[in-house]
Amino acid sequence: MGGSVFDPAYFDILKEIGNIGAGNAATSLAKMIGRKVDMSIPKVQIVGFGEVADILGGAEKEVIGILVAIGGDVSGLIMFIADRADADKVLDMLLGDARGPGPGYGEMEASALKEAGNIMTGAYVGALSMLTGLRIEPSIPDLSADMAGAILSVPAIMFGQVGDHVLFIETRFEGETSVSGNFFLIPDHGSYGVLLKALGVD
Amino acid sequence: MAEALIKVGMADLKASAHPSGLTTLGLGSCVGISLYDAGTKVIGMAHIMLPDSKHVRDGVNKAKFADTAVEALVGEMLGLGARKGHMVAKLAGGAQMFALSVTTDLMKVGLRNAIAAKDALKAMGIPVVAEETGGSFGRTIELYSVNGRLLIKTIGHGMREL
Repeated sequence: MGGSVFDPAYFDILKEIGNIGAGNAATSLAKMIGRKVDMSIPKVQIVGFGEVADILGGAEKEVIGILVAIGGDVSGLIMFIADRADADKVLDMLLGDARGPGPGYGEMEASALKEAGNIMTGAYVGALSMLTGLRIEPSIPDLSADMAGAILSVPAIMFGQVGDHVLFIETRFEGETSVSGNFFLIPDHGSYGVLLKALGVD
Repeated sequence: MAEALIKVGMADLKASAHPSGLTTLGLGSCVGISLYDAGTKVIGMAHIMLPDSKHVRDGVNKAKFADTAVEALVGEMLGLGARKGHMVAKLAGGAQMFALSVTTDLMKVGLRNAIAAKDALKAMGIPVVAEETGGSFGRTIELYSVNGRLLIKTIGHGMREL
């Protein structure tokens, strides 16, 4: 295994996957909410555990996390994290007056968010699949709304077995309403090599 | 609570002399290990991410693993004059943040972290006097040297003291 997450060539390709994925996601999101959605150039960064929570507004900041397991030629996790306030904006667009009362998420809110998360992660999986030619199958998404630190502990622990840093892609979707999303790709140990080889970085 | 709380980050540990307070924010599957010596009022806190350092390539950061963190934390507390025989432990965290039924061990890491923390404490002869682990929600913890109380804060799951 010649490369690593820190390999500049690998990094550039991940950036490209981030770009294409975000483009796909913007198109899908626009279809879902029936409004035009633009996106900013995604920011791809490798940062320490502590900094990730800070970027999201602190470890106690309330966020929603959508977790998807991937299988097929590569296995691992994909996580999509958005600010609770941004998730609420998406819910307002999706559900409008049909939204339940109170600050908590009911069955309908949870399922709408999972569907949005499904579309977002699906867009990235599509981009990754296209660039690598690998078969990647995402699982049904799972949702958790809680403190950023607690949600981030899941990808951090998975990355933590390899090093002290995580790789993440931040994308800002601009439209009548702006929404930010953060996306993590966490391949399993054995899948790094497969990904690198498919990307031609090996 | 006149004194400012000292922050303990993820995969981090700190010991501090009386009067002081230690906090770690947003524990998920990680476990917060809080130690208190009632005699000297020296306190210590570790925010561990993984059960043990043996199966991992990168074992440099001692605070990351339950086994190495407990040892390092006790060492730092001894350096501040604490006595091992007087230390008691309180545990919090070890949640399963996602119900996702993937067949990966990662999903049970919260439970494994809590067990590993208890094993490591047992090996050092430090009793666990209070514990709130598991569940599916995040926790912020605050430990005070005055009396060794541990405050647990959550989003939507209340606040309590151990």
